[in-house]
Amino acid sequence: MEKARILVVDDEKDFNETVVKRLNRRGYQALTALSGPEALGILIQREFDVALLDIMMPGMDGIEVLREMKKRHPSMEVILLTGHASVESGVQGMSMGANAYLLKPVDFEELLAAITQAHERKLLGAVDA
Amino acid sequence: MKTLDFKRLRLIIILFTLGFSLLPLLVLGLTVKQRFSSAYQNALQGSLRTLVDSKRNAIDLFLTERLAQLSTLAGALTYEEATDPENLGRLFSQLQTTSRYYIDLGVIGMDGAHLAYAGPYQLGEMNYKNEEWFAKVVAKGVHVSDVFMGFRQYPHIIIAVLRREGNKSWIMRATIDSDIFESFVKRVQMGRKGDAFLVNEHLVLQTKPRFGGNIMEDMELPFRTEARFPGTRVQDLVVNHRHYLYAWTWLENKDWMLVIREDPEDELRPLFEAEYLIWWLLAGGVAVIIAGTVLVTNTMVRRLEHAEREKASLDANLTQSGKMAALGKMAAGVAHEINNPLAIIREQAGWIKDLMEEPEVQAIPQYKEIADSVHRIEHHVERAKNVTHRMLGFARRMEPVMQEVDVNKLLAETVQFLKTEALLRNIDIRMSLADPMPATHSDSNQLQQVFLNLIDNAIDAIGKNGELTLTTRYDASHNEIAAVFTDTGCGIPPDKLDKIFDPFFTTKKPGEGTGLGLSISFGIIEKLGGHINVTSTVGQGTTFTVIIPAS
Repeated sequence: MEKARILVVDDEKDFNETVVKRLNRRGYQALTALSGPEALGILIQREFDVALLDIMMPGMDGIEVLREMKKRHPSMEVILLTGHASVESGVQGMSMGANAYLLKPVDFEELLAAITQAHERKLLGAVDA
Repeated sequence: MKTLDFKRLRLIIILFTLGFSLLPLLVLGLTVKQRFSSAYQNALQGSLRTLVDSKRNAIDLFLTERLAQLSTLAGALTYEEATDPENLGRLFSQLQTTSRYYIDLGVIGMDGAHLAYAGPYQLGEMNYKNEEWFAKVVAKGVHVSDVFMGFRQYPHIIIAVLRREGNKSWIMRATIDSDIFESFVKRVQMGRKGDAFLVNEHLVLQTKPRFGGNIMEDMELPFRTEARFPGTRVQDLVVNHRHYLYAWTWLENKDWMLVIREDPEDELRPLFEAEYLIWWLLAGGVAVIIAGTVLVTNTMVRRLEHAEREKASLDANLTQSGKMAALGKMAAGVAHEINNPLAIIREQAGWIKDLMEEPEVQAIPQYKEIADSVHRIEHHVERAKNVTHRMLGFARRMEPVMQEVDVNKLLAETVQFLKTEALLRNIDIRMSLADPMPATHSDSNQLQQVFLNLIDNAIDAIGKNGELTLTTRYDASHNEIAAVFTDTGCGIPPDKLDKIFDPFFTTKKPGEGTGLGLSISFGIIEKLGGHINVTSTVGQGTTFTVIIPAS
């Protein structure tokens, strides 16, 4: 199975960049986006399998970004990440098609497992389609 | 919170109620007694006055009749007819048929000697010239004497009239037995100590009283006797510490005074009885009022106390809920702010770990130190994460996922988690589960979290060697399920007992407990529609009771 292409969307640069470095080190094709609009801009040019999306971001928040992503790239899986256990946003995100909902600080192995699972689902979806 | 002093309140209510209800009752009682007594006294005095008046009239009438009879008789007789003993004897016997109190009849000349005499005594030789009555009848023409013994040594009175017949004058004199007056007054004597008698203007007795004196003796009266007065006087007087009702009046035709003394004891008996009745009724009324007041006040105060206690517990619950909500918000904010840096720290440590897989890095002499250090960073990030996640769990106002839950089964499952821990510490976990136990409509995960918290706490409280008893009960009357956790641990001092549900309150060492377990449990059970109670005795143990509604 080909390694997933991952877009990490988080306004916390230190977090974002480190996660991307670690993912790339493990052979994934990961890229950072520091805001929702930036992520959507990148998505116009390139295709990704999985997006890690922070909910709490200044400007365009994660839920709005998720809505746009699902509209424009329905086949891409989205994993929500948040530091706030806002159940409403979690439930809302899941109902809008997010694949998983993880609470920061997340264990890296857990994150990898979620990515793998999301990637597999994406591939399955592609086969079904 | 300021609690009412219920003992004082009870006392005040009782005193005020008694005051306001007894005062009118007493005033009413006393007024009725007063009025009744005075009305009765008035009636008594009125009847006595009537009696005295009628007796006086009778005596007056008697004297008037006798005087008129004698005057008529004397006026109808000539000197010759009057001095004829035979004629006089006949007239005398005729007089006696009209009134048997005539003792004798005499005709006396102006020299004081008898001209004729009819009667049982041999008085023909008597001379009355020096007698007091003789002088008076000569002067006034008519005379009624006081009672005296006279020559006969028998109490009597004399009625005498002067007859002028041309140039001749003579006196007709009748003697009347004074018993007649006794018979008049005797009949009016009333009561055990009542009395009735006649006295003359010098207070010399004209009849024999029942008590304290004899005829023609001086009589002492308890009232002041002035000169004649018209009408009748009635007065309540005390003689020898005894109440008497006195009535006295002057006769119209004679300077005698009729005195009647009534012993009111018998007459007043109905009054006394009425008074006793009033006192008894009053006492009964007072007793009933006191009993009623105390009863009503006790009930009222008890209700009040109950309501106050309920209000206090409600207040405490509200305070607790409010505290929870505020702290929940704060906890959520803090947790979020900390979670982000924690995530970064974890990722940095993870990156270092990643890099340490490189052979060049592994060649560094301090490689092991660095690896160890990174490992510790990860460990403590994990620890911090646990705290923030629990804080979020506490803050979470998640709607519980409701389903039918078997509390017995859930509790047994939960115990399994901690069985090894309990075994290691030599803690005996005993289960006493109610059977049958109805299901409860609840969130099984949250309920389990609460049970886990409580068992965990109990094990910590015991430390080593002890007992933990888990009991479930079903209260059908309230349709409630109770899960009771009783440990033989160290107990909680009373001053800390009301703080144990506060967030971040912990008795454990820093790093061992977050102080959130019980407050989360409290919030969960509250959301599930139940409540947690706690009782504790220091040194003996603590009992937590979780009460949730059965479905």
